[in-house]
Amino acid sequence: MIINLWINDKEFMDDVAPDKMLLDYLRSKGFFSVKRGCETSNCGMCTVLLDGKPVLSCSTLTVRANGKHIATLEGLQAEALEIGGFMADEGAEQCGFCNPGFIMNVIAMKRELKDPGEDQIKKYLMGNLCRCSGYMGQLRAIKKYLAAEKEGAK
Amino acid sequence: MKVVGQGVRKKDAMSLVAGKPVYTDDIVPANCLIVKLLRSPHAHALIQDINVDKAEKMPGIECVLTFRDVPQSRFTTAGQSYPEPSPYDRLILDRRVRCIGDPVAIVAGADEAAVNKALEAIKVKYEVLEPLVDFRIAKDHPILVHPEADFKTLIPVGADNRRNLCASKQFEYGNAEEEFKRCAHIIEQTYRTKANQQTMMETFRTYAVMDVYGRLNVTSSTQVPFHVRRILANALQIPKSKIRVIKPRIGGGFGAKQSIISELYPAVVTWKTGKPSKMVFTRQESFAAGRPRHESEIKIRLGADEKGMIQAIHMDTLWNAGAYGDHGPTTVGLSGNKSMTIYGQAKAYKFDYNVVYTHTLGGGAFRGYGAPQGFFALESAVNELSDRLGMDPMLLRMQNMLCGGQVGHLMHAYDEVEPLSSCALERCLAKAREMIGWDEKYPSREMDNHKVRAVGCAVALQGSAIAKLDLGSVEIRLNDDGFYTLLIGAADMGTGCDTILSQIAAEALLCDYDNVVVQGVDTDLSPYDKGSYASATTYMTGMAVVKTCETLKKKIIAEGARLMGRSAETAGFDGQKVFALDGDQSISLKDIANNSLLGWNRYLAASEAHSSPISPPPFIAGAVEIELDKLTGKVEIIDFAAVIDCGTVINPNLARVQAEGGIVQGIGMALYEEAQFSPKGRLYNDSFLKYKIPTRLDMGKIRVEFESSYEPTGPFGAKSIGEVVINASCPAIAHAIHNATQHYFRELPITSEQVLLSMQKKP
Amino acid sequence: MFTINQYVLAESLEQAYALNQSRINVILGGTLWLKMGRKKFNKAIDLSALGLDTIEEDEDQFKIGCMCTLRQVETHQGLDQHFDGVVAKALESIVGVQLRNGATVGGTLYSRFGFSDVLTVLMALDASVERYKGGIVSLADYAAMRPDNDILVRVLIKKDPRRASYSCFRKSAGDFPVLNCAVSKLEDQWAVVIGARPGRARRIMFTVGGTPSEENIQSIVETVRGSIPFGTNLLGSAAYRRILAEVLLRRNIEAILMGGAQ
Repeated sequence: MIINLWINDKEFMDDVAPDKMLLDYLRSKGFFSVKRGCETSNCGMCTVLLDGKPVLSCSTLTVRANGKHIATLEGLQAEALEIGGFMADEGAEQCGFCNPGFIMNVIAMKRELKDPGEDQIKKYLMGNLCRCSGYMGQLRAIKKYLAAEKEGAK
Repeated sequence: MKVVGQGVRKKDAMSLVAGKPVYTDDIVPANCLIVKLLRSPHAHALIQDINVDKAEKMPGIECVLTFRDVPQSRFTTAGQSYPEPSPYDRLILDRRVRCIGDPVAIVAGADEAAVNKALEAIKVKYEVLEPLVDFRIAKDHPILVHPEADFKTLIPVGADNRRNLCASKQFEYGNAEEEFKRCAHIIEQTYRTKANQQTMMETFRTYAVMDVYGRLNVTSSTQVPFHVRRILANALQIPKSKIRVIKPRIGGGFGAKQSIISELYPAVVTWKTGKPSKMVFTRQESFAAGRPRHESEIKIRLGADEKGMIQAIHMDTLWNAGAYGDHGPTTVGLSGNKSMTIYGQAKAYKFDYNVVYTHTLGGGAFRGYGAPQGFFALESAVNELSDRLGMDPMLLRMQNMLCGGQVGHLMHAYDEVEPLSSCALERCLAKAREMIGWDEKYPSREMDNHKVRAVGCAVALQGSAIAKLDLGSVEIRLNDDGFYTLLIGAADMGTGCDTILSQIAAEALLCDYDNVVVQGVDTDLSPYDKGSYASATTYMTGMAVVKTCETLKKKIIAEGARLMGRSAETAGFDGQKVFALDGDQSISLKDIANNSLLGWNRYLAASEAHSSPISPPPFIAGAVEIELDKLTGKVEIIDFAAVIDCGTVINPNLARVQAEGGIVQGIGMALYEEAQFSPKGRLYNDSFLKYKIPTRLDMGKIRVEFESSYEPTGPFGAKSIGEVVINASCPAIAHAIHNATQHYFRELPITSEQVLLSMQKKP
Repeated sequence: MFTINQYVLAESLEQAYALNQSRINVILGGTLWLKMGRKKFNKAIDLSALGLDTIEEDEDQFKIGCMCTLRQVETHQGLDQHFDGVVAKALESIVGVQLRNGATVGGTLYSRFGFSDVLTVLMALDASVERYKGGIVSLADYAAMRPDNDILVRVLIKKDPRRASYSCFRKSAGDFPVLNCAVSKLEDQWAVVIGARPGRARRIMFTVGGTPSEENIQSIVETVRGSIPFGTNLLGSAAYRRILAEVLLRRNIEAILMGGAQ
């Protein structure tokens, strides 16, 4: 089926199989930041923004993205480096495999929640698993990032 | 120190957080054949016939391989130095299948859909045999897992395939039975742990291509590139010189990737077809065909006098190797050698173990490598002893455990007898006690709403590389303008060893961290390193870095002096320049470097190897506060305080995150992680849907502090940290649950259901 | 992974219904569960263009379109102000926001999953479902029916002043519930719903005037434990679920009596 969609504000037109998942389509187009970590929609590694909302690209049919806007980390590099900088300053990025999906969801959270407390942050990011870091360093980084954002906005 | 001790960003951090394509499946060549396996649905069977005619001819299929098409020489898939202690009990494809998931055929084709169709078209006729699934009855059972005549072990590990023994040993120091007779108190209990899965976020994956020299180039997500090279050569029966192994960025390993798992299949496909091929394990495959932590049953006798001084420890360990030996013979030793060593004043240690074969998924290496099981058992026994004595468990430990005052004493129960070289454990435990508020909280406090809070504690150690055996070398080159290239064979799997080793180099060379560029690993280009396991990269490879820097500095001084027309003894080096010790003359490193590339000067590079005769233990003291819901049995982790002696902390950020990560893995192991098998040996929980690892809502506060001893044999006084960090969680949590409920929990994981059902009985 | 021959963006419910009469066609919800299976479908029907992804609120009720995501339902301000915020409470521990941005109410309820927190909480609120051909039926009845080829178009929740509370037990965050429970009270009518037994949610109605005494509560507990079957699976045993049922039930009743969801 022929679809057209926007990935990081660039228009793509393609003939895709009706059962091709968005994750595989994105990687076939060179968006390698989007990772597969499981087959059961549990890990969050494949998170992308679909019309601004964080979704699991492993569980989204590409054809359903027809006419829609998708954002991957490749298109959010400035924010990625900013959030990532705070993570790097904690040593929390570790193996890095969960980073893209995690940072995408942090970006979504920052846009959706106003001034989230620790509990809200943890709940929002719950769907992003990490096996390396023990989550504490990630939380330190997010809190510092949000505080810096707040400071910068003043 | 300027660089060591700083929490610098990892060298690769910004690429990782920006999502750059740096992992195996991001850099794989286009048009790679896709390789998949047909796997046995039976735990024990013989392939009577396998018909691949139809599959082979299907569109897009390049080849279909069966046991007839692969070399018949057995090997091991355990990444260990050669000659491996692991039995050579495996073939790439075997006629006898020994566990559900054992490979039966290899299919390579143009795309996944074609390969999946071909897999369905392969017809296998199995003679289904009775499987042996219970490791408690495996030894001397009539059903043999490895009856083959060509089963072999290269070094004696007490294996006997006619008895289903993968390894066995008896060890004794002193006379345990005599000591037990004199003991006022003896704790005699059996402890059980289950298989756990590493669940690194990047599954196993490999691709292979033939290069311009007709050699097999294998790029793999592996912790052990040099062992991969050797093992593939063994498996394919080709010279080692025909293989090159490259390690890109890896999405975690935790020991899973210390075995050769996905490498075999693209290697054989590409070697046979000449075409690039790749294999990416699904998560389901990584669960069902990975290498989980070994299941164990550990009987302990712990004897003490009236004052609570431990006199004798006897550990009798039964270890489930599963279908293949892999890391079975080597992990089991740590269950006793690491745990008993921490109580260094006992008069007798006895350690017996049996590693048995069963028709279940073969176990492998997982952080701690046998020590977590051993510490769960022994520390739990020590906590039971403290109850028996009516003594505070931390005080009981203080008077028995290794401490700074025992530096120099021989550790008789250790893997190899060696003197304790550095220790700050007593400071660690004292601090953990203070951090958790032990005095106010021990043993427990009733809360509102049917909840109770309780605390528990444990101490543990690990090693720093394997004494005498492990070897790592590095090369450092001086380049134009004075920057250094650090070439390593140690495999960074996200831990940050690239960074740590660069920090050590920068400190030793007296330059900025950014002045050292690091590269690894490519077995054609990198100096040999045994790989990233046994907590070796900082301690062992780090010393190779220190030694190499010393050699290189001498060369820089000699060359700088020569360029100044002086002799080397009259010159010094401050990182920026070589200068006259007795005058104003100096020449910048930049000038020396640029000159060194000219034929009439000397090119400057150095390469040293290091192996340590000892393996100085790092230490951890862990104290945990839990809240237990008496109505449901649910255990919440409120606060985990860990204080670690890893010697000098090279990078406090990375050390802290290693600790937090290990502690949380231990929480999963303690409370709910368990690979669950059916009576026929099928893994029930082969997905993240059913095998749950801790999420960020599953731990409360984790607080990590460091109390550093100075390890004279380590780089700038450092030991290791990678594995010790997982060892305290299980016994500390089990202890806290005991203090909350008065019941002892001697089997992991301690699920809420078990807690509740226990509480319904009398303690 | 499932396979599809053709994707159809339905232009009307009539078209969707007609296509759905074939057993090898399927209506797409969030496709999360579908993806874990291996079924081979001919036509996959998408209802996304039919305006069924909104939550309408008027004086009398909430009308939740079948294509609303769980996250939409969870974050709906109006819904959150009713029933002691119990709907958000029931939804917020399900795996993660990304999953809830994909899973649909229609797909979840049609599937009648045993583990469903959505089914449990909506049954306690006496929700109804509007089916394309089959009209409106109570969710409790719908849950007991076998899945058929009709289309679940909307979920309807009457705005009444009932109090409600939701409680569930999970072994770890993000896991399936070992058991879940929702209770609501409207005057003297108490609705007790137990789900993830591991079977799908079941509801029992009780009439208790005034404030229930300990005897009333004990009687409710015994009736629930006596008439709702519990089973054993990897998550837990029947015996454990029976114990949890009482714990969750009492917690919910207490929360309602204290005036709000816990």
